[in-house]
Amino acid sequence: MELVLSGAIGILAASGIWLLLRPRTFQVIVGLCLLSYAVNLFIFSMGRLTFGAPAIMPRGGFVNPASYADPLPQALVLTAIVISFATTALFLVVLIASRGLTGTDHVDGKEP
Amino acid sequence: MIEENLLLILVGLPFAAAVAASTVSTTAHSAAAWVSGLLLATGLMILGVLHEPISQGEVLRSSVRWVPSLGLNLTFRMDGFVWLFVALVLGIGILVLLYARYYLSKSDPVPRFYAFLMAFTGAMLGMLMSGNILMLAVFWEMTSILSFLLIGYWHQGQAARDGARMALIVTGMGGLALLLSMLILGQIVGSYDLDRVLAAGDVVRASPLYPVVLILFLLGCFTKSAQMPFHFWLPGAMAAPTPVSAFLHSATMVKAGVFLLVRFSPVLGQTDLWFYLVTGTGMLTLVVASIIALFRHDLKGLLAYSTISHLGLITALAGIGSTGAILAAIFHIVNHAVFKASLFMAAGIIDHEAGTRDMRKLSGLMRYMPVTGALAIIASGAMAGVPLLNGFISKEMFFAEAADWHNGTWLDNSLPWFATLAAIFAVAYSIRFIATVFFGPEPTQLPKTPHEPPSLMRRPVELLVLTCMVVGILPGLTLGPTLNLAAQSVSGPDTPYTDISVWHGFNLPLVMSLVALVAGALVYLALGARISKAPEWPPMLQQLRAQRIFERFLLMFTWVLPRQIHRLTGTEQLQPQLRLIVLLAIAAAAAPLWGVLRQAPAPLATDLNPGFALMWLVGAVCAIGAAWMAKYHRFAAVVLLGGAGAVTCLTFAWISAPDLAVTQLLVEIVTTVLLLLGLRWLPKRREEIEVDKLRPAKLRRIRDLIIAVVAGGGLASIAYVMMTWPLIPNVGNWFLRNAYSEGGGTNVVNVILVDFRAFDTFGEITVLAIVGITVFSLLRRFRPAPESIALTQSQVDLEEGNLADVLLVPSVIMRWMFPVMIVLAAYLFFRGHDLPGGGFAAGVTISIAFLLQYLAHDVRWIEARLTVLPTRWMGLGLLMAGATGVGAFLFGYPFLTAHAQYVNIPLIGKVPAATAMLFDAGVFSLVLGATVLMLIALAHQSLRIARMRERDTAAAEKEAA
Repeated sequence: MELVLSGAIGILAASGIWLLLRPRTFQVIVGLCLLSYAVNLFIFSMGRLTFGAPAIMPRGGFVNPASYADPLPQALVLTAIVISFATTALFLVVLIASRGLTGTDHVDGKEP
Repeated sequence: MIEENLLLILVGLPFAAAVAASTVSTTAHSAAAWVSGLLLATGLMILGVLHEPISQGEVLRSSVRWVPSLGLNLTFRMDGFVWLFVALVLGIGILVLLYARYYLSKSDPVPRFYAFLMAFTGAMLGMLMSGNILMLAVFWEMTSILSFLLIGYWHQGQAARDGARMALIVTGMGGLALLLSMLILGQIVGSYDLDRVLAAGDVVRASPLYPVVLILFLLGCFTKSAQMPFHFWLPGAMAAPTPVSAFLHSATMVKAGVFLLVRFSPVLGQTDLWFYLVTGTGMLTLVVASIIALFRHDLKGLLAYSTISHLGLITALAGIGSTGAILAAIFHIVNHAVFKASLFMAAGIIDHEAGTRDMRKLSGLMRYMPVTGALAIIASGAMAGVPLLNGFISKEMFFAEAADWHNGTWLDNSLPWFATLAAIFAVAYSIRFIATVFFGPEPTQLPKTPHEPPSLMRRPVELLVLTCMVVGILPGLTLGPTLNLAAQSVSGPDTPYTDISVWHGFNLPLVMSLVALVAGALVYLALGARISKAPEWPPMLQQLRAQRIFERFLLMFTWVLPRQIHRLTGTEQLQPQLRLIVLLAIAAAAAPLWGVLRQAPAPLATDLNPGFALMWLVGAVCAIGAAWMAKYHRFAAVVLLGGAGAVTCLTFAWISAPDLAVTQLLVEIVTTVLLLLGLRWLPKRREEIEVDKLRPAKLRRIRDLIIAVVAGGGLASIAYVMMTWPLIPNVGNWFLRNAYSEGGGTNVVNVILVDFRAFDTFGEITVLAIVGITVFSLLRRFRPAPESIALTQSQVDLEEGNLADVLLVPSVIMRWMFPVMIVLAAYLFFRGHDLPGGGFAAGVTISIAFLLQYLAHDVRWIEARLTVLPTRWMGLGLLMAGATGVGAFLFGYPFLTAHAQYVNIPLIGKVPAATAMLFDAGVFSLVLGATVLMLIALAHQSLRIARMRERDTAAAEKEAA
């Protein structure tokens, strides 16, 4: 499983970075989305892979942390999902406004 | 105890006055002056109460814990020296307020002036009373910034802006140097507490870092106290309104530097290096500035250089550092403040009533303003050091120190000669000030007919001049005890009591004074007539104008160099910048990990599930496909992107992260809708772009592909190695163990977000709110490209009817989904603390419910029936989350401390009721508001364009008709 997930992270990141370096605004925004998936999965995987043991506790009593998924990376990624959504929205609007103002969708605001 | 609180109140009073003054109307001169004056007078009363313990030699302290982990407490302390200084600042402050009331014209904005002036006073008091050397540096910078605002008060004038900027750059840089020296000093001593630093003189002087500390410290003091070669900002600051000059350049701003010199002389002083640097600089400044002062034609310019020269005198005394010198320095600080404030005010009156400050135009004013003239003559006498005035006594003490104190160096031996030389010029410029302005022929070139000012405007000058005379005649009775107390608190409690008196017999200092008086008069008689016709600068020093050097530096560092660097390294294109960032990121990851990244000895491995592998095969195809299609087939790219997102979401669900899966799924929906809404405004793109087929474009793509593959491969290998190393027990375990007992919830991820790390979440939702508002305001000014306005055929079909005509059944289902989704959102919200869900997921769910309604009908139909006020939801959410956080204060807990318990609700049963739930409700409300705001703002664009088009057609038809 680890091999598959790390491969997936690599492919998502590579696709995202390639798009990030492209000249059209829409490519960059899709690239940012892909890159954020990769980074979120990466942070998440730092808690190691646990199956069938979400971090839902019993009410009281002794808790053995080893038998649950690490909640910290999950909390971090939850925040990251929200922030990347906000970034995507903001960038999309900047893209639209820039297209309206400059008449082109090139990232520099003018055709090369 | 009461004294401790009084100290805090004393520091707070001017700031309270600043807040009060900033709220009055722009013309309420009297109100602002009264409020500020009364608060400062209260401060003086507090000083009166504190005098009793201070005069016993006690040091008062008051401490508030601020950042204990950094050793940074809000400590204030007061001893005799500070007491005297605070009294001086408050006393002159009140007089300046009274003076400013009549000086400012009706059109000058009131709140800005008084608020800045009072905040400045507060910063000054904070600096004087700081018991912590880091805090001292902070207040010190605060005085620099507020003096910048005060000097630039009349910011319409170029001179004021330049003067303010110059003062800020010079004193601000000095402040940074001071901060550095304080940091090093704190490291040497092992504490930032002023008392411990003051007691650690031997340790500091023995430290190898002593020269560094000393030079940085002196840079701070010399820039603030306008010592050469940093003196040039002070004449530039004369563009300020005269009350500001009278305050800043007599009792406060510039005195801060000499205050620190005197304060730290027991710690850093008593070495040869200190003596040469401090006394040397002081003497140079004393002599050169007194010569320049004689040649100035502007009244305030003369006074400015005289101030610099007197500061040099005090600095020289601090450099000598004997107990007598410290006493003389403190005495001269007070005396100079008193006579210089009165002289600045007199100069302001002359400027105000005669319309000019140019000494070549002013003449014979004694006929028009005899009282002001008499006051100015007495004050100038004090400045020149005429017997029976206060300036004379402290100058005599300086002469005595210069002549009697010896350490055998060449600088020491030459001190009396330089002192006398400077005194000669001081007498000469004082005589020039009086002789040209008040005597001589009838003035002919004045813009106004001069007359006496309103009597209340003159009152501060009268009081100050009276002080000059009383102190000058009875120094031992009036200031003697206070000065000795101040000197004792600097030099140590066993400093002998010095009796200050006017007459010491016929001795060397008296001879020096007499020589200076006679020679000064002769210098003026010889040069006076010629100076008026000469340029404003003494003949030899014309080439050495520090201000011009400063301006050249400024130009170099703010314009020439940045432009050169930009030309060499800058690019205005985004792609090279992003490429550089990616390459740097690769390098930053590769540098530490190269060769170290290795497989764990016993790698963790979980069995491969073929379903998972197959799922990611699809995911990989989607990701690569999205990258492939994003240029020419945007819609396909959006769909493929959604595929990759869905696989990510399933992965979260698979690997025990249900919260993430829920959130990712909901966000995925909203993101896709946003992208689809945005697609409409992008240019058509079906055909190949010609340039793309050329060789350079192909090479570029290959290069970028290599970068992308390297980055992706690197990330994949780091991820693999990390995932297979066994997990080290970390803070996550603490969260798992304590989520229920401390946070009252069983869903640890949610408890972390709304309880343990709620402050982070608070920041995060604030970001979301900012993004929502930014999106909204960006779109309000949106102008689409012309080709996007034209309708496609399918859009025309759609606009004529609505979706319900085309897709009747789905639209009815969508409408009926609304209540169902609201219930789903409520379900997600309430179970959030214990099971996957939470405010964020619920908020996005409701916004999707709204979105569905917008999809099912056209915008007009839905908005006639449903009103969403997204900005209110956002505001409510932020307030709610903030209020929950602040609520913890009521129970004496830190910000955002949560409380949890279960309540029994009939029929439903036990329900978790934590204050974190309220916080989560805030998150919910804000997320709902922000998401809906963004979606609706984007969706409304079509409507706006339709309206624009209708308007255009109507106008065209009207024209045709």
